[in-house]
Amino acid sequence: MAISIEDVEHVAKLARLRLSAEEKDTFRRQLSDVLEHAAVISSVDTEGIPPTSHTLPMVNVFREDEIRPSLPVEEVISNAPWAEGGAFKVPRII
Amino acid sequence: MDILNRSAVELAGLIKNREVSALRVTDTFLERIEEVEPRVHAYVNVYSEAARASAKHIDEDIARSERVGSYAGVPMAIKDVLSTRGFNTTCGSRMLENFVPVYDATAVERVKAAGAVMLGKANMDEFAMGSSTENSYFGPTRNPWDLERVPGGSSGGSAAAVAAGEAPWALGSDTGGSIRQPASLCGIVGLKPTYGLVSRYGLVAFASSLDQVGPMTRNVSDCAALLGIVSGHDPRDSTSIEEPARDYLGKLTDDVKGMKVAIVKELSSEGIDPGVLEQIRATMDVLESLGVHTDEVSLPSFENGLSSYYLIAPAEASSNLARFDGVRYGYRAEGDFNDVWDMYDATRAEGFGPEVKRRIMLGTYALSAGYYDEYYAKAQKIRTLIVRDYGRAFDEYDLLVSPTSPTTAFKLGEKMDDPLTMYLSDICTIPVNLAGIPGLSLPCGLADGLPVGFQIMGPPLSEQKILNLAYALERETCFDPRPAGLGAEKVT
Amino acid sequence: MENETIIGLEIHTELNTNSKMFCGCEATFGGDPNTKTCPVCLGHPGSLPVMNREAVGDTILLALALNCGITERSIFHRKNYFYPDMPKDFQISQYDIPLSHDGWLEVEMEDYKRRVGITRVHLEEDTGKSVHIGESGRIHGAEHSLEDFNRAGIPLAEIVTEPDLRSPEEARAFMQMLRATLEYLGISDCKMEEGSLRCDANISIAVDGKMGTKVEIKNMNSFRAMFRALTYEEERQRFALKEGEVIVQETRHWDDDAGQTSPLRSKEEAFDYRYFPEPDLVPVEPDKAWVEAIKARMPELPVERLRRFEHKFGLQPEIANMLTSEKAMADYFEEAVVSGQDPVALAKWIAGDLAAMLKEATVPIEACPLKPHGLGELVALVAQRIISGKMAKEVLREAFETGKGPSEIVEAKGLSQIADGSEIESVVDEVIATNPDAANDMREGKEQALKFLMGQVMKKTRGKANPEMASDLIKKKLNAG
Repeated sequence: MAISIEDVEHVAKLARLRLSAEEKDTFRRQLSDVLEHAAVISSVDTEGIPPTSHTLPMVNVFREDEIRPSLPVEEVISNAPWAEGGAFKVPRII
Repeated sequence: MDILNRSAVELAGLIKNREVSALRVTDTFLERIEEVEPRVHAYVNVYSEAARASAKHIDEDIARSERVGSYAGVPMAIKDVLSTRGFNTTCGSRMLENFVPVYDATAVERVKAAGAVMLGKANMDEFAMGSSTENSYFGPTRNPWDLERVPGGSSGGSAAAVAAGEAPWALGSDTGGSIRQPASLCGIVGLKPTYGLVSRYGLVAFASSLDQVGPMTRNVSDCAALLGIVSGHDPRDSTSIEEPARDYLGKLTDDVKGMKVAIVKELSSEGIDPGVLEQIRATMDVLESLGVHTDEVSLPSFENGLSSYYLIAPAEASSNLARFDGVRYGYRAEGDFNDVWDMYDATRAEGFGPEVKRRIMLGTYALSAGYYDEYYAKAQKIRTLIVRDYGRAFDEYDLLVSPTSPTTAFKLGEKMDDPLTMYLSDICTIPVNLAGIPGLSLPCGLADGLPVGFQIMGPPLSEQKILNLAYALERETCFDPRPAGLGAEKVT
Repeated sequence: MENETIIGLEIHTELNTNSKMFCGCEATFGGDPNTKTCPVCLGHPGSLPVMNREAVGDTILLALALNCGITERSIFHRKNYFYPDMPKDFQISQYDIPLSHDGWLEVEMEDYKRRVGITRVHLEEDTGKSVHIGESGRIHGAEHSLEDFNRAGIPLAEIVTEPDLRSPEEARAFMQMLRATLEYLGISDCKMEEGSLRCDANISIAVDGKMGTKVEIKNMNSFRAMFRALTYEEERQRFALKEGEVIVQETRHWDDDAGQTSPLRSKEEAFDYRYFPEPDLVPVEPDKAWVEAIKARMPELPVERLRRFEHKFGLQPEIANMLTSEKAMADYFEEAVVSGQDPVALAKWIAGDLAAMLKEATVPIEACPLKPHGLGELVALVAQRIISGKMAKEVLREAFETGKGPSEIVEAKGLSQIADGSEIESVVDEVIATNPDAANDMREGKEQALKFLMGQVMKKTRGKANPEMASDLIKKKLNAG
């Protein structure tokens, strides 16, 4: 399964990763290799086989609608790279 | 008094009986760390002051006959993938180099409640992605059995710490073999519990449907003990099973006569080192001598395990790692950004290492429009086939076995050129995660002077049986977990 | 060229549970930034979601009220995209197996009904809030933004309609009916201004039965804005089609100040959300007992109450609709009916004068200084002819402003009408006597004279004569039918 540079660029954009030209090339090769290897599964007959998202048979796991203490705001922003007045600061969105 | 060679259970008893102080024990391990860390590099961060303070506090409580945890004063290494309040949790990444969590993982809470003294956070492959601990931003960990070789991964730091006597026991995490494979390569015991048995709350997620926290220890008894501490239902984890914590240590027995055990054909022939295979066969003979019925079983879907794993795990990881964007915590790239999108792109490019980026790319691709059915959905169906294969096998046999790793410890740098070669290290361990069943690695011998791991797998919630078989084998083979060359007494 | 406007709506409503969808943080509006957050709703590494049972129950209740089928086994999915207000850079939502499906809601238009199909009602979590810092405080032209995650994780019910609406009027009527339904169910504050009720629309023009290109409209922050936006967009598309232009499939942003929609320009990539089942949650299988228990707590819904008001109290559809569109108003009316007075009269007062006063003072009816029994008192005073209808309006205003009871006001101000026939008669006689010309005009059938004479009677009695009685007497005495 050969992947093109355009594929790599598209995926990098979705994943918000800036890649150098060299990285794009390396990833293109490596991803192609892995996907080619993984392509063996396409020939396996899985007709009528349901997917497994969980190996547990559990359903209906809930919590009651009770209020629990929140974090003090100092702790919330303690790891923030950039904060102002208790809010997280980011460069403009548009 | 010899402290470094004692098991965790033994140390707990000695401390409780006041034959040795918790502080003395902690100091002994801290000294050992100072001695061998420059060569092994098992830890990202060592917290000597905090550890000593904890130990002193425990000694005071014991002196006043106050209630203390069952393992009070026994030091522990904790893989840096588990959230520890007030102490850095780096996940082996630049992205979280300076991140200090505001809460403890459930597993951490429970070991603390048991009185464990945290020595430090153990090194790991970045975000648990890797099989050699060479992907750590903070430099690799070296195998105490041969410092030119890898300890395995991703819990390489935890494994090396226990093997080198830098901690009596450790917590690791396992998504595709990350506890068992390093345990195998370092000659210690490692267990990946049934999916859902140990809470994932506070375990930084790699692949949510595969991740589990588990014990890494010098022997089976310690393994049983540590499992008993961390396992059991947690309401903060929706995927946590409604199981209570159990006394695996108390119920440990070496009476395994009559058990039916089969070796997995697909994991015991081509692709496995002859030296490894030799030790595995020898161990099968030991089982026979213990009255266990041994056989061979074929599980054809296992051939597709690797492919499925390398679609499912990266897919889930690509989503789990999206949160590392420089907004609320962690690394943020420097500079004047045109907009937040540029900031994201630069932060993630600089914060993540190449293996992490590779898997994020792979996972994003597998989930993207047009490819979901072909890759992710298909891989989840293969998973069902693997679950069914195991199910059929466990109808006939109590437990299944195989080598843990196709090779013994390989040299640093040996497999870094081609990702695929590295991924092949996981062929024996991956199916266990895909099926969500428990798997343990027990050191069973040496091949060319390097440890070989024997993997024991069982149906969901069969940890006791697995531990019992491992216990019986351990007593028979008497494997010495101390690496030659980095022994407790010798300093080279 | 036969044009038909096709509109579908996508509505989000915040559920008024005590705590958030996946954690125990308080789920209320406002507060200082990031004071209602925790590792879970901040997306800290290692945090995990656990479902709020009440939120699931509320969503099932809503789905049942909208006549939907409840899915036997539904799951949550991850919707993956980057945005600064997203704590995990994915949203836990539902994709192809939602909690409920295939319902409908009927909307009353003036002289017809429109049944609107409900494709699905599902559950998801809300995002945080961005405040844009720059000149205008708007997203365009901002220098940077501040992120507050108090809102992140609040449970959100999403309602998607079939494209069954045919006009902005219908869309507005639908939203009002939906809002009333949410209010009656008691599961949401449904305040568009606070953001607890949000609406996006898809609108296209079908030409000669052929489907048109859908345009998505966002940023409609009130019912009025929605109506204006859809009206504008409908016009824009019809005009474009007439000019032979092609409608571009895009998302357009409504600017309420400028009164127009414009394409939303952003640097976000094409939306590939890469949905996959949420591995941190397990499926929801609502059992029969639970669904029955939820059904049992279903209150009377707006349409049912509307019909009841029409049949039981004989109200006109328009007035009944006005009363029932706001639960508190309908409650007020029913409480007032207990006073035993004529429901039609009570309804008229509430929907008319009282509603106007409340609106002017921006007071919600729950806080109305005149209580329902007080209104009953007022209507009784009119019925007993103690005061005139006109006088009653003034008494109402006074009661509203001072909070005093109507009887008290009438007595204090000596406003009671003269309804004593003989007393009025003597005044009428006096007026007729002192205004012979007008009296003659009356006899000759000139109706204006009546007005004049009435005015004189009112003057003499300082407005207190019962007008009907006075009028009857004047007419009788002057043989003017």
